[in-house]
Amino acid sequence: MGSKRILITGVSKYWGHRLARQMEAFEEIETIIGVDSSDPAGELERTEYVKVGTQHALLKRIVDAARIDTVIDTRLVVDSSTSSSRNAHENNVIGTMNILAACSGPDTTVRKVVLKSSAHYYGCEQDDPAFFTEGMSRPHAPRTGIERDIVDAEASLREFAEKNPNATVTILRFANVLGPDVRTAHTQLFALPAIPMILGFDPRYQFVHEDDVVHALEHVAQENLPGVYNVAGDGVLALSEVIGLLGRTPAPILPPWGTGLAVNAARRIGVKVPPEMVNQLRFGRGVDNRKLKAAGFNYRYTSREAVQKLAEHMRLHPILKGVREPYRYEREVEEFLRWSPSVQGNAEAEDTQSAPPPPPDPPRPKPKPRPRRPIAPVEQYDDLESEEVISLLGSMEATDLQALLAYERGNRARASVTGAIEGVLARRGSLI
Amino acid sequence: MTDSGRTSLSQREHEALETERGNLPARREDDMRRYLPGVEPERQLNDWGRSERIEGLMDRTLYDFYYRYWFRCEVDGIENIPATGGALLVSNHSGALPPDAAMIGKSIKEEHPHPRPLNITVEHFFKGYPGFSMLIPKIGCVAAHPANVHRLLYDEEQLVLVFPEGRKGTEKLYKDRYKLRRFGRGGFVEAAMRARAPIVPVCVVGAEEAQPIFAHIKPLQKLTGLIYAPLTPTFPHFGMAGMLTYLPAKFRIRFLEPIHFDDEGMHEDRALVQSVAHEVRARIQENLFEMVRERKSVWFG
Repeated sequence: MGSKRILITGVSKYWGHRLARQMEAFEEIETIIGVDSSDPAGELERTEYVKVGTQHALLKRIVDAARIDTVIDTRLVVDSSTSSSRNAHENNVIGTMNILAACSGPDTTVRKVVLKSSAHYYGCEQDDPAFFTEGMSRPHAPRTGIERDIVDAEASLREFAEKNPNATVTILRFANVLGPDVRTAHTQLFALPAIPMILGFDPRYQFVHEDDVVHALEHVAQENLPGVYNVAGDGVLALSEVIGLLGRTPAPILPPWGTGLAVNAARRIGVKVPPEMVNQLRFGRGVDNRKLKAAGFNYRYTSREAVQKLAEHMRLHPILKGVREPYRYEREVEEFLRWSPSVQGNAEAEDTQSAPPPPPDPPRPKPKPRPRRPIAPVEQYDDLESEEVISLLGSMEATDLQALLAYERGNRARASVTGAIEGVLARRGSLI
Repeated sequence: MTDSGRTSLSQREHEALETERGNLPARREDDMRRYLPGVEPERQLNDWGRSERIEGLMDRTLYDFYYRYWFRCEVDGIENIPATGGALLVSNHSGALPPDAAMIGKSIKEEHPHPRPLNITVEHFFKGYPGFSMLIPKIGCVAAHPANVHRLLYDEEQLVLVFPEGRKGTEKLYKDRYKLRRFGRGGFVEAAMRARAPIVPVCVVGAEEAQPIFAHIKPLQKLTGLIYAPLTPTFPHFGMAGMLTYLPAKFRIRFLEPIHFDDEGMHEDRALVQSVAHEVRARIQENLFEMVRERKSVWFG
């Protein structure tokens, strides 16, 4: 069962954007909708961008309206150096809950949910096995905020899977990602001229190339693979080996005792070592990637090759710096290019290559929340709280509002609702 | 070093890979073995962190000297170690910084018609102690985690050496020599049964006299954070170098007949696991007493 109508969260971040571009190439995919709270950082072709955060009421409406069958959640923050711990928690735990809320419900169209998670789920401890398999739970409680968030997010996904046995729920746990384009705490660390290590430790590291990350997400979207899968390139390297491949100098400057203090001092001089990385620099981690391989996925890069690709990029980077123009999202331009009847040249080409022309969804194939006749605006409309009704009013059109007003007066006649509808109509009227 | 020294891959051919490739995900656990990572010949380390270079260096210098000239090891029953497939070696354990593991590994390299690398299980403590954490995996030691032992025995079909006595064996005093401690909780039998790999009991005589422990120094142990700080003929008064200094006792290593487990699901039978653990312990103990009885001199055999 391949996915046809996809919603990608976090489309303005690196992973969501990469994945959206990847999925655009498949003709059998009818619709790709990307949501995020900020504007896209790169160009999107077929993907429709909707600026929305993780408010579940709004997301639910998008999901229902576009009859989304697959939700791919790429939005998880797995690197605490990229955002504050409060924002990360809000995004990882509350955000995941909201997205799942948008996917559930008795008449939901969602058949598949994919979460991009991280091998930080397992943590790094002294008594870890050398290779974590998917069935292993972590031996100790999470030590850092990010690890706790990831465990919580996965727990809510598992709960969702239990409540929705018809939906395919896939969790991908990615090892540390390397590659020319992605920016993580580890690529920043490896870009230093001398790479700090904890004295007396040479941890085992496993990496996955950024292209393999995108391909793995695409693979689980195309196939039907419920459950948890580790995603990591073949081969586990020692950190000293990684440093050798990168052509850098090892600097065992972090003391084995009181590492936290030294890390804080290093942060002052601009060397960012997030807390979840400290444990990894000490104990390292390896995961067993065979389950995904057995599910038909082929890795293009081993851990070693991922490091070599990064090394190649780092040698070329000083020369290429500033060559590429940064992208800026211009809403008006994008909307003109997509929807304007004046656009001709590209539109035709797009129509022929991508089965559905772009504008099918926004106009109004919205069956549920829009009342057409005064008799029954929505099933279970009467069950809705007045606040819920009022929150939906802003998006409705004048004729629908009048119909709803008539219905409300005829049925429950809640003063707050009728008042709100009249208020909205009055404001619309004054605008016209 | 043998040609298979670094590989973390079992030597089996990847037969019938294409015929079963499809989109069907559900496979039996057996099939997972064919998805083990391939060998990267350019690498010096394998996936467990074992280093060809460092292990080879140790093997040519320190181990060779101790094996040939210092302990003058004599080996018995080397044919009991299978030439292919996984096998779990179970041995008695002694000496403050035990020389027995390295000598067992070296004896397989020297005497066996098909020399194979030996994976030595060690306590998790070593992964957390600076210095040890770096060196220990490089010379072929892995943490004694059941999942590690299973992967090595079953998936990679390698030789694994365990010391069921663990720390209780190495910290015992000279007066208790050659008296085996409790054999853990039988976890090693369970691991072998689950992997359906044979157990080869191993007896080592001489290690007890090579580095006898007379007492334990509690304050020093607290100070260094080590698992124990023993008083030996050379430690602590000669410092850390004293730890690597052994008395020239004569070593005898005897590999006993392997015990095979061919049925599936045997590891779930707790009673069977316990009785096999007792049986292995009894056989090692019996052979140790016999070897000590036959030994005329501690230093010359």
